[in-house]
Amino acid sequence: MSPSERPFGPTSLAEKPGAAEPWRDPSAEPFLRIEKVTKRFGDFVALDEVSLPIYRGELFALLGGSGSGKSTLLRCLAGFLEPDAGRIVLDGQDMAGVAPYARPVNMMFQSYALFPHMTVAQNIGFGLKQEGAAKPVITARVAEMLAMVKMEGFGDRKPAALSGGQRARVALARALAKRPKLLLLDEPLSALDKNLREATQFELINIQERTGTTFVIVTHDQEEAMTMATRLAVMDRGTLAQVGTPSEVYEFPNSRFTAEFLGTANILEGVVEGVEAEGVRIGSSELDFDILAEPAASKPLGSRVFVALRPERMRIERTAPGSAPGDNRLVGRVRDIGYYGDFFVYHVVLENGKEVRVSQPNLRRRTERPVDWEDTVAVTWDRQASMVLPE
Amino acid sequence: MRPATRRRLVLALPWAWMALFFVVPFAFVLTIAFAEPSEGLPPYAPLLRWSGEATAVLQLNLANFQLLLDDPYYLEAYLRSLRVAAVSATICLLIGYPMALAIARAPEHRRNLLLMLVILPFWTSFLLRVTAWIGILQDQGWLNGLLLSLGLIAEPIPLLYTDAAMYLGITYCYLPFMVLPLYATLSKLDPALLEAAQDLGARPLRAFLQVTLPLSLPGIVAGFLLVFIPAVGEFVIPELLGGPGAQLIGRVLWTEFFQNRDWPLASALAIVLLAALVAPIALFQWRAGR
Repeated sequence: MSPSERPFGPTSLAEKPGAAEPWRDPSAEPFLRIEKVTKRFGDFVALDEVSLPIYRGELFALLGGSGSGKSTLLRCLAGFLEPDAGRIVLDGQDMAGVAPYARPVNMMFQSYALFPHMTVAQNIGFGLKQEGAAKPVITARVAEMLAMVKMEGFGDRKPAALSGGQRARVALARALAKRPKLLLLDEPLSALDKNLREATQFELINIQERTGTTFVIVTHDQEEAMTMATRLAVMDRGTLAQVGTPSEVYEFPNSRFTAEFLGTANILEGVVEGVEAEGVRIGSSELDFDILAEPAASKPLGSRVFVALRPERMRIERTAPGSAPGDNRLVGRVRDIGYYGDFFVYHVVLENGKEVRVSQPNLRRRTERPVDWEDTVAVTWDRQASMVLPE
Repeated sequence: MRPATRRRLVLALPWAWMALFFVVPFAFVLTIAFAEPSEGLPPYAPLLRWSGEATAVLQLNLANFQLLLDDPYYLEAYLRSLRVAAVSATICLLIGYPMALAIARAPEHRRNLLLMLVILPFWTSFLLRVTAWIGILQDQGWLNGLLLSLGLIAEPIPLLYTDAAMYLGITYCYLPFMVLPLYATLSKLDPALLEAAQDLGARPLRAFLQVTLPLSLPGIVAGFLLVFIPAVGEFVIPELLGGPGAQLIGRVLWTEFFQNRDWPLASALAIVLLAALVAPIALFQWRAGR
């Protein structure tokens, strides 16, 4: 699909029906190949043989906490760091030894790094000027970029005279002015407040779709990664914990780390006790009840597993004290209720002292809470909601 | 005490300092500059005189300023001093900028040590350091001795009492005043700016010229002024290291004051020097502030 055919609109590519998914096509050639890239700082291994194919036109998110290696990988792509081992191949060109100024890669910096002594127009035109482009060419391109980020009329301002959101737009325009093959975004929206951040996220997606540029974005904000990315990689201590579309990683985490890093998850421990017609039966090792899961989640009999449960996939209802737990049914006492406006989070303490979180949408305005503090409640869920993870 | 009163009190301190150590002495010098020289102590006549009959006569003698304008000897000394100061400040800039940049880019734990090394010479007496250069530069000095023993020269070359020795001395003594403000500016520059320039296709030299250099301009100006201003009136270094022909304004002032005992003329010289230095700087500040 060419960039112009892509419909505009405030939706993530990942959630869009029929969007191209080249990573499912084994014959598709990756646009950016990261092959066994290792980077050490002294004894610290920042990147440990990371391999990752990224396809043309993707908006790929590197998600992880501090020290996960996501920024190191980004700086290797930009050329500010040279990998100790492994290769980075962009559009068939090996990037080894290619200086940052010679790479067809541009970066939108976390601090934006706008040149304070230059006007907005000079900032945006800086890259073209380095190429020796003619003045009229630069002027035309700068005007085009200003229009793209809806900043017409701001060309003569200095960065100090702009708001945070405006600076982000200028930084984006500057990074895209040279039509890079690859755009790197380092925590691009972390300096903006929540509402502006959300609006700018969708604008970024729009611009990415219009230009067709391949974006690699580094973020620690899981919401940002989920809403924007075609695919994302969750990074942990220099390795890729999981790679997939946002919904794949959220719905089918492959480890306890990803389940807890992306969204919230209640983790229960158990042992696989049998495979039955209705699904896998997992005996809880800490509580007197069984967990049922989909047959697809099958693990060898007797193996110890984690079961991750998303708070929004669980139901909560008042029950009589002393009510017995059962399959996919926990009994506990409400210790705390978090009011978030759009939903409630109930903290339910089980008999053994373990706490699970259950969230419920706030459907009706100012009615009595169906469940209150200190109520005895039953927490139930469907077996599809049980995410079985290896220990 | 109300906060406003307290604030005023705190502000009064620097004002009092300025008044006591700059305005009052300046008023003395200004008064003497308009006096007539006389024998005795102090060697000038008071401006205000009683001419009997309850009349006070204020007599302003402008002859000193007239002389400064008329005699090319003084004008030449002024211009020569300005040139020497400008050349010294430029040499300091050329040496100090790479030093400051290197310190600013050094690993953080090493920066304090490097800064310390820049300031270290201040821990010995200024006079001692200048005198040490005599030992290095004189005909029987270390430098000539080294060159002779290496066979590079057949007989000692005159190094001491030359313009080169004077510039060397001034540059050596004033270099820290250039390095420190430059370092302060350069160390505050966001390294991401330089990365952004390189990322956008600027080779290191162009990135330096287009980003680092213009953004360090305040440091360059501050460092230049900190070297230039004291170097204009410098007396000791040209006297000890420079040639006898070099009549700099500092030496002229000293001669008028101590040898000719013409306090009014010396004061006039000092007033004109101050005005010549303060006026362009004030103009610069005023334009920068707009």
